[in-house]
Amino acid sequence: MKKSSRNVLLNTPYVIWSALFVIVPLGIVAYYAFTDADGTFTFNNIKNLGNYGSTIADSLIYSFVATIICLIIAYPFAYFLANFSENSQRTLMLLVMLPMWMNLLIRTYSWMNILEQNGLINNVLTRLGLEPVQFLGTAGAVIFGMIYNYLPYMIIPIYNVISKLDHSLLDAASDLGCNSFQRIIKVIIPLSKPGILSGIAMVFVPSVSTFYISQKLGSGKILLIGDTIERFMKTSYNYNMGAALSLILMALILISTFIMNKSARDDKELIV
Amino acid sequence: MKNNVIIDLKNISVAFDGETILNNINLFIRDKEFVTFLGPSGCGKTTTLRIIGGFLQPDSGEVIFDGKNVLNVPAHKREVNTIFQRYALFPHLNVFDNVAFGLKQRKVDKAQIKETVEKMLDLVNLKGFEKRSISSLSGGQQQRVAIARALAIKPRVLLLDEPLGALDLKLRKDMQVELKNMQQQLGITFIYVTHDQEEALSMSDTIVIMDKGKIQQIGTPQDIYNEPKNAFVADFIGESNIVDGVMLEDFFVRMAGHTFKCLDKGFAVNEQVDVVIRPEDVDVVEPETGMISGQVTNSIFKGVFYELIVDIKNFKWMVQTTKHKEEGDVIGLNIVPDSIHIMKKSEYSGQFGDYSSFSDEYEELDNVDADIPIESEGEA
Repeated sequence: MKKSSRNVLLNTPYVIWSALFVIVPLGIVAYYAFTDADGTFTFNNIKNLGNYGSTIADSLIYSFVATIICLIIAYPFAYFLANFSENSQRTLMLLVMLPMWMNLLIRTYSWMNILEQNGLINNVLTRLGLEPVQFLGTAGAVIFGMIYNYLPYMIIPIYNVISKLDHSLLDAASDLGCNSFQRIIKVIIPLSKPGILSGIAMVFVPSVSTFYISQKLGSGKILLIGDTIERFMKTSYNYNMGAALSLILMALILISTFIMNKSARDDKELIV
Repeated sequence: MKNNVIIDLKNISVAFDGETILNNINLFIRDKEFVTFLGPSGCGKTTTLRIIGGFLQPDSGEVIFDGKNVLNVPAHKREVNTIFQRYALFPHLNVFDNVAFGLKQRKVDKAQIKETVEKMLDLVNLKGFEKRSISSLSGGQQQRVAIARALAIKPRVLLLDEPLGALDLKLRKDMQVELKNMQQQLGITFIYVTHDQEEALSMSDTIVIMDKGKIQQIGTPQDIYNEPKNAFVADFIGESNIVDGVMLEDFFVRMAGHTFKCLDKGFAVNEQVDVVIRPEDVDVVEPETGMISGQVTNSIFKGVFYELIVDIKNFKWMVQTTKHKEEGDVIGLNIVPDSIHIMKKSEYSGQFGDYSSFSDEYEELDNVDADIPIESEGEA
């Protein structure tokens, strides 16, 4: 009795906190999504989502591509990192984290300067007598921005898992006839699946909802869900449509998390 | 002497960060033999095993397997398999896939794999466990899966790195018998690493005692128990009283103030030696009739016998006897020639074989290198 009443007391602040700052805002978003400007109930916002099909598809495709490339870059990096001496591991990890200490806006803005028509890269190219390349405003630039900004979120969880792998499992794999490549495929990758999955979640979710990266590196030509929501909120003051899009974004994220959790549960092959 | 040798280690030395781990190890292992590397932790036994397994390259020396130097053969191509200390089963695979791992690696066809896995699981009494996940198994069951996995690919030599260390006593005893039976049944060479001397004595054909990166003695369990080469071996295997003595001439040793007849010879006249007497080899008699005598400082009832700590001229002996003696009793001790074993002095002399720490009042070891007195009396 005593114990449970104390538990209630201890839990209460957290319950109030989550109610106030998680449940209530979600409710408000849902309310706006299903009402019009006058506050009357309507499905119109949801029906109108169809107009943004291509934006949603673009967001998904861009973040998917960015996530995959992050994984391809991060996995070998994390693998080799985990095999370095402890000192090098610490230094390299610091280098991975370092850009994250800077604000995302500043990082992205800097890339804008580097990539723009008169930017650093094109300057070098023209000096070499080559044609300048149009980077900004392309899908490539946006995806690049996502990869650059979120790569550490892929490296860190994978590195954490690999560096904690029981070394005797690797010995056992060699012992049973695996060469070093087979060892990676048959033992290390399957065992680092939890790191891969959380890395995917941590890159995919912010990528799919970003607006700043697409705005700056996409030069306004590329609109993702995040940009569209921002426009509804800040430019056209259509909170209802913005809320409906936010709901859809949330649903997408929920679905992808669900798929990943499911694949984490059945211990078969890796589903990327 | 060197017929059917399967593994031959020649002048193996290893150092990590300047610290010597193995110091010029020379050792050969016969086919189908049960060899145990025995020693305290840090003695180099696991390192030696890892060198045979191919997980570690020695700084110098050769590993000859079946007549060929295999130093440059990687682990996955050696005809040796290892059972690791904590089993190292793959947690992402079920029991069947763990046991089948090595077979799949060798591209054995599916029906054959199924048959072999079933046979192996039968061998380790885990029939019907195919679909179970590793995490659902007890320590003993995981141990069995590890054995099945290693044996499935029919290694010529099985390396076992303290395989029973994580099991409780009862299970460990059962597995000792099972492993020994398996080894004889399958006719595979077992190289077994342990720090448990009892385990080593009861399972092995040959014991290799190691300490500080060196082999201290190689021999059968009987040889090692009865004829230890130095104080370290005598102390590590079983209980021993290791007393300073002087070899007066062949077959006569003086210790504890008495001259004993013994069976050892070939020492210099008046050579200082270490004398080993096992606690169970001492006859307890009346003080008047013993060759030497002393006072009991501690007596513990152990069931089959009493374990006495006896103070003989400030040196504490351990004596195991069926006679009931209490603390404070003065007793006589007789030792027959067969029970005395003489060892040359070594770097270990004086470090072992005194039971001072057993007594209530801890006495200083100041008198260790003096001869030990007597009070002789016989027994009834």
